[in-house]
Amino acid sequence: MTFNPGGLPVKYFSPSTIEEAVELLSSGPNRRVFAGATDVVPQMRSGRPAPDGLIDLKGIERLISVTDTGSMWVIGAAAPTVRLTSNPAFVASFPGLAEASGLIGSDQVQSRSSLGGNLCNSSPAADSVPALFANRARAVIASGAGTRTIAVQDVPTGPGRTSLAPGEFIIEFEIDRPTTNSGDAYFRLTPRTEMDIAVVGAGARVDLDGAGTISSATLALGAVAPTVVRVPDAEAALLGAALTNGAPSDDVLAAVAAAASAACNPIDDKRGTIKYRRHVAGVLARRSILAAIARASAA
Amino acid sequence: MTIAEDPATTNPGYKWVGTRPIRPDGFEKVTGRAKFGADLYLPGMLHGAVLRSPHAHAKILSIDTSEAEAMAGVKSVITGDDFPPAMGKEKDMASNTIARDKVLYEGHVVAAVAATSRAQARAALDAIKVTYEVLPHVLTVDQAMAAGAPVLHDGMLTKGSEPAATEPSNVASRVIYQGGDLDKGFAEADVVVEHEFTTKPVHQGYIEPHAAVADTTPDGRSTVWCSSQGHFAMRTYSAQVLGWDSGRIRVIPAEIGGGFGGKTVIYLEPLAIKLSQKAGRPVKIVMSRDEVFRATGPTSGSRMTAKIGATKDGKITAADVHLWFEAGAYAGSPVGAAAMCCLAPYKVENFTIEGFDVVVNKPRVAAYRAPGAPISGFAVESVMDEIAKSIGMDPIEFRLANVVEEGDTATYGPKFPRIGYKETLEAIKNHPNYQEPLGPNQGRGIAVGFWFNAGMNSSATVNVNEDGTVNVLTGSPDIGGSRASMALMAAEELGVDVARISPNVADTATVGFNDVTGGSRTTLATGGAVVNACRMIIEDLRGRAAKQWDVAADQVEWVDGQAQMVDGSQPPLSLADIAKGWARTGGPIAASASLNARGVGAGFSTQMCDLEVDPETGVVTIVRYTTAQDAGRAIHPSYVEGQFQGGVAQGIGWALNEEYVHNADGVMENAGFLDYRMPVASDLPMIDTVIVEVPNPGHPYGVRGVGEVGIVPPLAAVANAVDSATGKRICHLPLSPIRILDALLEG
Ligand SMILES: Cc1cc2nc3c(=O)[nH]c(=O)nc-3n(C[C@H](O)[C@H](O)[C@H](O)COP(=O)(O)OP(=O)(O)OC[C@H]3O[C@@H](n4cnc5c(N)ncnc54)[C@H](O)[C@@H]3O)c2cc1C
Repeated sequence: MTFNPGGLPVKYFSPSTIEEAVELLSSGPNRRVFAGATDVVPQMRSGRPAPDGLIDLKGIERLISVTDTGSMWVIGAAAPTVRLTSNPAFVASFPGLAEASGLIGSDQVQSRSSLGGNLCNSSPAADSVPALFANRARAVIASGAGTRTIAVQDVPTGPGRTSLAPGEFIIEFEIDRPTTNSGDAYFRLTPRTEMDIAVVGAGARVDLDGAGTISSATLALGAVAPTVVRVPDAEAALLGAALTNGAPSDDVLAAVAAAASAACNPIDDKRGTIKYRRHVAGVLARRSILAAIARASAA
Repeated sequence: MTIAEDPATTNPGYKWVGTRPIRPDGFEKVTGRAKFGADLYLPGMLHGAVLRSPHAHAKILSIDTSEAEAMAGVKSVITGDDFPPAMGKEKDMASNTIARDKVLYEGHVVAAVAATSRAQARAALDAIKVTYEVLPHVLTVDQAMAAGAPVLHDGMLTKGSEPAATEPSNVASRVIYQGGDLDKGFAEADVVVEHEFTTKPVHQGYIEPHAAVADTTPDGRSTVWCSSQGHFAMRTYSAQVLGWDSGRIRVIPAEIGGGFGGKTVIYLEPLAIKLSQKAGRPVKIVMSRDEVFRATGPTSGSRMTAKIGATKDGKITAADVHLWFEAGAYAGSPVGAAAMCCLAPYKVENFTIEGFDVVVNKPRVAAYRAPGAPISGFAVESVMDEIAKSIGMDPIEFRLANVVEEGDTATYGPKFPRIGYKETLEAIKNHPNYQEPLGPNQGRGIAVGFWFNAGMNSSATVNVNEDGTVNVLTGSPDIGGSRASMALMAAEELGVDVARISPNVADTATVGFNDVTGGSRTTLATGGAVVNACRMIIEDLRGRAAKQWDVAADQVEWVDGQAQMVDGSQPPLSLADIAKGWARTGGPIAASASLNARGVGAGFSTQMCDLEVDPETGVVTIVRYTTAQDAGRAIHPSYVEGQFQGGVAQGIGWALNEEYVHNADGVMENAGFLDYRMPVASDLPMIDTVIVEVPNPGHPYGVRGVGEVGIVPPLAAVANAVDSATGKRICHLPLSPIRILDALLEG
């Protein structure tokens, strides 16, 4: 079967097992996996060189399932994100990651877009990625040599680049179920409410101990550097912070915002200025942390 | 969604006019059956593709098409040399259609190819070798007018400049409107507010890209199918560019997926006609969105100054407005209309409005909904708002204190006939939304707008079918529900059920001439032709009944769709009865009417924007929006409301996020809907509409155009609301989050 978005023939493969996919991926010079193709097809249409073969991952059951094992959620890398946003148990566990997934494009896009595609397209503005970083998700990777598991954070290496070796692809993501009261959140800034691309994105996860102090916090920012970045200084400022009226002190929040602004290494482009991105990164960092705390406190 | 009743003029029991039947083209459109420009496929049809300039300004040294012509599947290649030399009045249109010796903007057409597939046609474009000598370019009015700026058109002397221009420049023309004595006026003022404003070019953003199919015979006759706002105009303009008689071209209208003024001009039609003639096969060309942005539309970017003075009690004493509009690559920005409209809603004795039409290396501007008026309105209405604020007067009261009414002389010359402007101000003042309290970080902005509306030429044919159903033919593309309005007016005239009327958009060979669907003129002018044709039909029907009853025609009247004897002495004859017997009374029943529409009724709109500004990010959320506009008479109120809302939606996009972004090389950086941000549905609240009906005395049903004036106030209404929410007067569009946050951080 040939697939022909830009007029040039591209071979299309639809394997039903991981082994078959691994085999197909390495049996041609320039082959690529895809899931929803919501990045792949527009890129080919806009003139990027087409691969000579496209391997559809959605025929492999494991890659499109979403399961709760009790200790963790396992999300197939090719599962359409609507399977997350329409799964009440998943939304209850990770409302921030669900919200981030629910911001991708539109209903139509979300019936195809996947977390694997969002991560491996490796745009610094990808919406689900800061939320995956914040929740310390792991990626299970397939290759000819078997499988390996790495932190999601170690996958993107630059715009359009990942640490995956040729012949590798992501099978699924694992996210541990929280053991204490915890909450996550994702906020993005776009000039439009929908069908837009983040000028800044901020994903946060906060865990509270029995006494209601912050036992762990993670913060990740999108669209402000060549890849999504964690903000260790903000996380350190939050660690052990006590809450009054459901919020850390103004000093801690100011430190979070300042650390977020400082973690930015943005560019000036048609979508935003350096000055704007730095400022708003601080604002969204604070807002996402506060929202995550509110959810953790209510958990 | 209310209709404000004017008791003095509200009509008296129309049966069909003012009702809301489902539009005749509705089912086809919502089920995807309607055929738009790109939907036609002819046997043997070739696909065309267009080579465009990558440079903003360059000399074409040579074009070598030999390699492309030799490629498999390539059937014809054309360049400017395939067209007669561009001359006279049509010179600019011709060289915008396909460049000759110079390209004037990135996206300017250089050559075109027809091949057996789209991919093949595109591949052939890559094989065309063009040698350019790149020239320095200008992108803004200031760059274009700077000393030593490269001059785009040799020998262009500014028309209307004083003293007369002797040196060529990029300023194509100057217009000026003046009255009274400015110095005296400003001396009488208690407050004077002055600002400088800038706006960016914005695109009409119609959802359907341009598309045309042409089938040209070897002897040079062509049938063209295309989506446009006026197929007669497409015929005329194509004929001019080709140097043909109009009669050689037949243009068949496709459905149109939006135009807003941008489809009143030609781009692809002459190229498709020529490619088809050379190839001997039909040729279709469809633009991509990228091409639509780079080479069609937009409307002008601008720089403006507005200085206005008023007394403490709210009387405007003087206004001094200067406008510099980008025309794009060829003269013809809407600066003249902008100058005429901006002070039209005000009684002001001492004023100067001066406008300059400036060419720059960007795509040639095309009409966009009330061309020019939203831009100058942004400047004037922003300053008016600040004056009202500084004298502590309610912004609506301030407008009422200076309102123009019937008999007043407009700043652009004529005396206003009956207009409904004051009624729109009162409609907003009395609207419950005007009393809604504002929350934290929320603001309210008021602005008004004026647009002339157009008349121009229209024709209609009414054919009664053998069963008494009726076909109405016009040559006006249905871009905003005009089929429904034509059917309602015909139903009202003839007294038959609107479901028995079938309104059609006929092609250039089958109905009389119609100017474009533009200038908000179709319901007025083409509607007027339909009414006249229906009245001719009624005359005919009365005569036929009289003949049948053997009485004089004046003994017969037409009432409720039936011929009746004045004295009631015969059972009435319905339209169907008369149609059934037409062979005995003179044959088929048909009438055609043509007119040049007089009695155009001007449009006024008053609008109120409530919005909220996120003080930490500069993001604006529109909370409520209320618009009151004088429709004269709403023939189909739903489509009138749709026009009001559409104008507001586009105006909000223009105010908040839309802009052409060019890099230093003059290359557009955001030629797609991701980075050219028109609002999406979730960006807007339901827009509350008030239809004010102050009938236009110049139309049988009182119609005024409604399509355009709605986009005039939003730019300033939004800016005024941002000022109300933040205390920041921002004079530069768009009011993007970045620009607003910058203003807020300035402290
Ligand atoms: C109209 C529109 C709006 C959009 N809006 C947004 C938005 O708001 N936010 C946002 O973040 N994105 C947005 N996107 C981009 C896109 O939808 C997302 O990035 C989406 O998550 C990509 O998923 P996919 O499955 O479609 O990826 P694909 O296009 O199938 O793949 C993307 C890339 O990832 C690689 N890949 C896919 N799966 C794997 C895997 N399992 N292992 C290794 N590599 C893999 C592919 O080879 C390819 O390079 C939008 C796209 C469109 C068309």
